[in-house]
Amino acid sequence: MSEIVLDVRDLEAGYEPGVPIVRGASITVAKGEIVVVLGPNGAGKSSFIKAIAGLVPITGGTVFLDGKDITAAPAHTMVRLGLAFVPQTENIFPLMSVEDNLKVACGILERREIPGRIEEMYSAFPDLVRQRRTPAGNLSGGQRQMLAVARALIVHPKVLVLDEPSAGLSPKFVSMVFEMLANIRKSGVTILLVEQNAKAALAIGDRAYVLVEGKDRHESIASELWNDPVVAELYLGQRPSQAGKGGTA
Amino acid sequence: MSLQFVVDGLLTGSMIGLGAIGVTLTYSILRFSNFAHGDFMAWGTYATLAVVSAIGATFGKVAPIAPLSFGWPLIVALAIGMAFTALLALLLDKVLFSRLRSQGQAIIVVMASFGASMALRSLLEFTFTSRPTYFSRAIQIAMPVGFGIRITPDQIALLLLTAVLVLGVHLLMTRTQTGRSMQALSQNAALARIVGIDVASVVRVTWVIGGGLACVAGVMIGILVQIRPFMGFDMLLPMFAAAILGGIGSIPGAVLGGLIIGLAEASAVQLIGAEWRAAVSFIILMAVLFVRPIGLFGVRER
Repeated sequence: MSEIVLDVRDLEAGYEPGVPIVRGASITVAKGEIVVVLGPNGAGKSSFIKAIAGLVPITGGTVFLDGKDITAAPAHTMVRLGLAFVPQTENIFPLMSVEDNLKVACGILERREIPGRIEEMYSAFPDLVRQRRTPAGNLSGGQRQMLAVARALIVHPKVLVLDEPSAGLSPKFVSMVFEMLANIRKSGVTILLVEQNAKAALAIGDRAYVLVEGKDRHESIASELWNDPVVAELYLGQRPSQAGKGGTA
Repeated sequence: MSLQFVVDGLLTGSMIGLGAIGVTLTYSILRFSNFAHGDFMAWGTYATLAVVSAIGATFGKVAPIAPLSFGWPLIVALAIGMAFTALLALLLDKVLFSRLRSQGQAIIVVMASFGASMALRSLLEFTFTSRPTYFSRAIQIAMPVGFGIRITPDQIALLLLTAVLVLGVHLLMTRTQTGRSMQALSQNAALARIVGIDVASVVRVTWVIGGGLACVAGVMIGILVQIRPFMGFDMLLPMFAAAILGGIGSIPGAVLGGLIIGLAEASAVQLIGAEWRAAVSFIILMAVLFVRPIGLFGVRER
């Protein structure tokens, strides 16, 4: 395996002290990989990924990014450390224009670098160009997701972390979002994502973890996870494909 | 009828508007109604007055800049007073508001600001007595400018100052990274942190802008009317009315709201009598909110 970018060990996290939602989950993400975290509803997937991004208090374990301990780093320092997070919902500033949504995320870039970087995002996401002056709240669901991803990528993150990027999108946009993520990986960005839509996520992922009751219970090559009987059992007797149909929860 | 109410209204409106900018920023970014904002005005004005007196004691009598009623000491003192008021706002946030804010209940912060307001006002009365005082006792001759309107050089200077400050704050909010960060924080605090915005530093900038402008508004009242410990508290309701009328979070809205209320008050004094002054602005406020509940420049949340 190549160089490890993100190394999460025995992570424990939760909003209230003494009530952990994540209870000892470990994963690694290697440079250039797409790693998918799956799991049944209420498995703590979302809290797990938010804890890594500094948004849920961590009560145990460690998070290393590029060998650096970022366990205690406040959320607003994550982009500077190289971790860019895309939340599941409310991931754009609705009253600001598309361009201001991109600009506001450029705080860590050199001032003279910003205009060029914005143009690069427009060429990567041509749908956004025509809407550059539009309030982001007026965009369609798929375009919002593009803007949220563009805003995360604009700061050259070492790892892009996404919480259910396909949630709430119509099927047409779901395939568009996963296609977009596959293309982003081709450009050399490492990706960690949590998904309900197991089938689509596994189709683009390299490796996958199954999270159950706040613990990592299974790890495998993405393409093999599909037919693994252990995984079906972890999904409480459901096939991951069936669990995936639940879609947006 | 005389059109004099236009000048009077614009002046009152400027004072209200400058104060309302701070109210609207605190409300949209820190998510609470700061009842102590009026007392920031009064403290800023007394601080400015203290510096003017200190300069007077050190340099002797300084001739005013003709044709204005004040000289360079007041301009220097205003800058110092603004810095002082900004620091006062930051201090109050550190010892009081930020602690309560972290507990997450907005109404507690609002009540605390009410308490802070009374404490600050009482301290002023204790220190400076409640007797009104003035920056200058010189009487300015108002120049006729046509249509029955008279205006003094001080009034012209202060209207220009208001225009410059409002334009400056508007550009700051819309054209700079600091301003975009403030907008971002007011729209979605969690996402603001995710995109790398240090919430604590944006909160500090908000207090500095609100405090500084409150001081300017207070000094305007001091120059044109008089200086009293209650001068800011008495402005509180018109300031909130202006902020709500303009649409919470909107800088141009707060200023326009201030001007509308100032003009309405001034015309009411002329047309139906001074005792209706306060009532008229609130009738206008209610009428606007019936038609457009989010205020003139307000935007629906999502």
